[in-house]
Amino acid sequence: MSRLKILALLPLAAALSGCDYVVLAPAGDIAAQQRDLVIISTVLMLLIVVPVMALTVLFAWRYRQSNTAARYEPEWDHSTKLELVIWSAPLLIIVCLGALTWMGTHLLDPYRTLGRIHADRAVDQSKAPLEVDVVALDWKWLFIYPDYGIATVNELAAPVDRPIKFRITASSVMNSFYIPALAGQIYAMPGMETKLHAVVNHAGTYKGFSANYSGAGFSGMHFNFRGLDDKGFDAWIASAKSAGGSLGRAEYLQLEKPSQNEPVRRYGTIDSDLYRLILNMCVETGKMCQSEMMAIDAKGGNGHQGLNNILPLTYDKYARRGTPLGPEPTFVAGTCTPDAPQGKTTASITAPVDTAPLLGAGLKRPSFAPLKSSSFFLGLRPKSDS
Amino acid sequence: MSPDLLKLIFGRLGFESLPLHEPIVVGTFAVVALGGAALLGGLTYFRLWGYLWREWFTTVDHKRIGIMYMILGIVMLLRGFADALMMRGQQMLAFGGSEGYLNAHHYDQVFTAHGVIMIFFVAMPLVTGLMNYVVPLQIGARDVSFPFLNNFSFWMTVGGAVLVMASLFIGEFARTGWLAYPPLSNIGYSPDVGVDYYIWALQVAGVGTTLSGINLICTIVKLRCPGMTMMKMPVFTWTSLCTNVLIVASFPVLTVVLALLSLDRYVGTNFFTNDFGGSPMMYVNLIWIWGHPEVYILVLPAFGIFSEVTSTFSGKRLFGYTSMVYATVVITILSYLVWLHHFFTMGSGASVNSFFGITTMIISIPTGAKMFNWLFTMYRGRIRYELPMMWTIAFMLTFVVGGMTGVLLAVPPADFVLHNSLFLIAHFHNVIIGGVVFGAFAGISYWFPKAFGFKLDPFWGKLSFWFWVTGFYLAFMPLYVLGLMGVTRRLRVFDDPSLQIWFVIAAIGAFLVLLGILCMLMQFAVSFLRREQLKDVTGDPWDARTLEWATSSPPPDYNFAFTPVVHDNDAWWDMKKRGYQRPLTGFRPIHMPSSTGTGIILAGLATAMGFGLIWYIWWLAAASFAAMLVVGIGHTFNYHRDFDIPAEDVIRTEDARTKLLAGAR
Repeated sequence: MSRLKILALLPLAAALSGCDYVVLAPAGDIAAQQRDLVIISTVLMLLIVVPVMALTVLFAWRYRQSNTAARYEPEWDHSTKLELVIWSAPLLIIVCLGALTWMGTHLLDPYRTLGRIHADRAVDQSKAPLEVDVVALDWKWLFIYPDYGIATVNELAAPVDRPIKFRITASSVMNSFYIPALAGQIYAMPGMETKLHAVVNHAGTYKGFSANYSGAGFSGMHFNFRGLDDKGFDAWIASAKSAGGSLGRAEYLQLEKPSQNEPVRRYGTIDSDLYRLILNMCVETGKMCQSEMMAIDAKGGNGHQGLNNILPLTYDKYARRGTPLGPEPTFVAGTCTPDAPQGKTTASITAPVDTAPLLGAGLKRPSFAPLKSSSFFLGLRPKSDS
Repeated sequence: MSPDLLKLIFGRLGFESLPLHEPIVVGTFAVVALGGAALLGGLTYFRLWGYLWREWFTTVDHKRIGIMYMILGIVMLLRGFADALMMRGQQMLAFGGSEGYLNAHHYDQVFTAHGVIMIFFVAMPLVTGLMNYVVPLQIGARDVSFPFLNNFSFWMTVGGAVLVMASLFIGEFARTGWLAYPPLSNIGYSPDVGVDYYIWALQVAGVGTTLSGINLICTIVKLRCPGMTMMKMPVFTWTSLCTNVLIVASFPVLTVVLALLSLDRYVGTNFFTNDFGGSPMMYVNLIWIWGHPEVYILVLPAFGIFSEVTSTFSGKRLFGYTSMVYATVVITILSYLVWLHHFFTMGSGASVNSFFGITTMIISIPTGAKMFNWLFTMYRGRIRYELPMMWTIAFMLTFVVGGMTGVLLAVPPADFVLHNSLFLIAHFHNVIIGGVVFGAFAGISYWFPKAFGFKLDPFWGKLSFWFWVTGFYLAFMPLYVLGLMGVTRRLRVFDDPSLQIWFVIAAIGAFLVLLGILCMLMQFAVSFLRREQLKDVTGDPWDARTLEWATSSPPPDYNFAFTPVVHDNDAWWDMKKRGYQRPLTGFRPIHMPSSTGTGIILAGLATAMGFGLIWYIWWLAAASFAAMLVVGIGHTFNYHRDFDIPAEDVIRTEDARTKLLAGAR
């Protein structure tokens, strides 16, 4: 369907004008299909937009006051036939567009594994896709190649015609990972993972950047994406390997600090667990990984213990973007039951015999000891205690 | 004094909070201070304070409150547009290694303030002002349902605007983009006062908006004159009703989401942090559940204005009144089912994305029907090209383009390549300027003679129109092009020199819009000076169709000496056709609400409380809050809430009008 002539003409027109309409003339199959959808949808809508604009101009001119030759029917305000047309014409267009949308959205879902690398070539199943883990940092991009054990900052490379599987996250705030020539964008969010599947069909150097504002250094948060032939890619990997430098947890924590307009950096060796730690926000030693937290919560939580030990769950670094004037970090200073306000527990209070109302009747009782208290309060404690 | 005591008194406010290191801000402050001093001096010299306080600030008359909303909107337009010019200037210059003239700290505030001001303090006041002025007149009512609440709502909106303006000179505004997505807007990454200004400005103004929504719903539902069934209401009243339903149903969501964000920022909860399993995506969902209806809140009244204008200036009944009403209602309902299209790229599944994409497209069906209805209203009409009609034609041609790019962005795979790009910026300016702003201008020039008794000067108006329209196209068509080149929004500096030309064109467009705005101000001034020549004594200068034109211009305090009775949806047209005679005798005293200063005092206290909370001046916040309670409760003991306009006054006013009308003939 994408072989409509007009589609072939548009990139040509774009190229002729000397500007780089990268969205209309991309280098990757996914972006090309997205471009096709942009154009088909536009053409579909022009079917109704052009007549409306033409009629507006025509009626505005023809029924001007000075044209007394035109018919004037001040009381004419209804026509069932016309009403049918004006509701059904847009409806028809939307039915077509809706079908196209449903199909296109599912086919081009960024989470979907690629089925083809080009309009007429299926994916070679014998070759594994290139895996790249992407981390949006303040304000640069970290790319980890788990299969090759290397990492780069602000430079991404991939071999032509080999599917790429991106796993994307961020260190602190939201960004959006976007290489217009390759494929559509997807948000990069802290503590969450998004995915993108894409392939580049033409060798070359393309621009990539963050498409979601993320703070002071946002404008400088771009990188080059290089589509290389297999040999060139191997050479690129080799050069990264030989660049020396290693990216472990300590180096990452240095790198993670806000900085602007970072040059390209390469790391020959990496901590193979690093991406998982970043995603789970536990690169810093002593932080509880989100996966662990979720596992604990899935089992019913930590009870009293979970209240006391919360420093490992604090991730946002208050001093990162300037002097903190916000609230002090909160800690649980004590717990209380309705019988013992202000946390003064007395030995004389015995646990209720039937704890079902406290735990939720009918629910399966957690495997550990039941909670004694039904409420707790959060209090402030000076920082020095931590 | 000890630092602790200083902190107790001033919170985190200190001399270093004043942006003395930003020459642009200092210069602006000097100009504003001089202008402000001149204005205050002038008011004092001409002894206008008492007049302003009695006749305007404390008034509960919906007409005066409407006019004050419009003034607020136009004043804030100047501020918001100054921000726009600064952005265009920065993006035009910052090429080839140049940093432009704004640093990131300043530039990021500018684009955030531009968005916030234009939506909340320009578009909203203009729309609310028009509804406030016109709706009670269109339904033959004496005032809104809750006149005091109306005054209070207006001053709360002003309070929000005051806080935003204060952030320019005291401290700073948010550097987060106009919707302040966390975690960026959370305390860890925005520890300064900027986001707090944002939160409290919107909370204070939001109270006003919600209350005015409730007020107008009540007014439309309960105060229609005899004979005006729902399906005989003018279309503008219909769109106002739907808009206010949207306001009441969606602004509480904004209030709650901002309250949750402030809990995160002030007391360390973790709704939207990265800590403790908080989810920033929840904020994005919630804010757009408010945000999408918000765009319909703005554009529906504009649709209403265009409906009134088209049928008046085509000298013809509105084509397809019933389908127009149903289209409005359908849009109202559907506007709640589309919010996710603002973040297709956040990783929702394909089915979710398709659902929201398709619901979005479905909205274009009733919108398209409306477009055709205006078109067929013009068909076989006698179109008079006065200013309101010119704005309407410009709207029709511009809005379809914006609508088309909007539907395009609703196709998720297309959105993946165009989201957050300048294409998106071009799209929503295309619909908001082409729809809401053009609509507000059409409304202003249409109803101005009703409000002031003289028409606006057509020469300066047409000049302004042409500057605005060409300026708009020059400013935003290049952004569509840039979006197709993959240029994203909110960038401060650029590498690729080939892009510069497009930004230069856009900047020229913005400059033309500036000329448009200046011509519009000139138009107001010239019209005021030429008010005798432009005078209209008939009260119906456009040969219009709805009830507001049945009374004098400007209308008397009581709007209608006798409540009209309606038999047709073009009530005034129908009355004219049947040879309606104004009643000349039998006037009776008219029961009216009295003015009160409580609204402005309460809003002032709310603003002070906001200021205290922003700067951690806890005593100020607590004291203002307590004072608000006292004043609020105190007001319930105010038993002088109404009065009767004596029959003699009504007779005198109506006789004067009879003489004027006789003179006009």
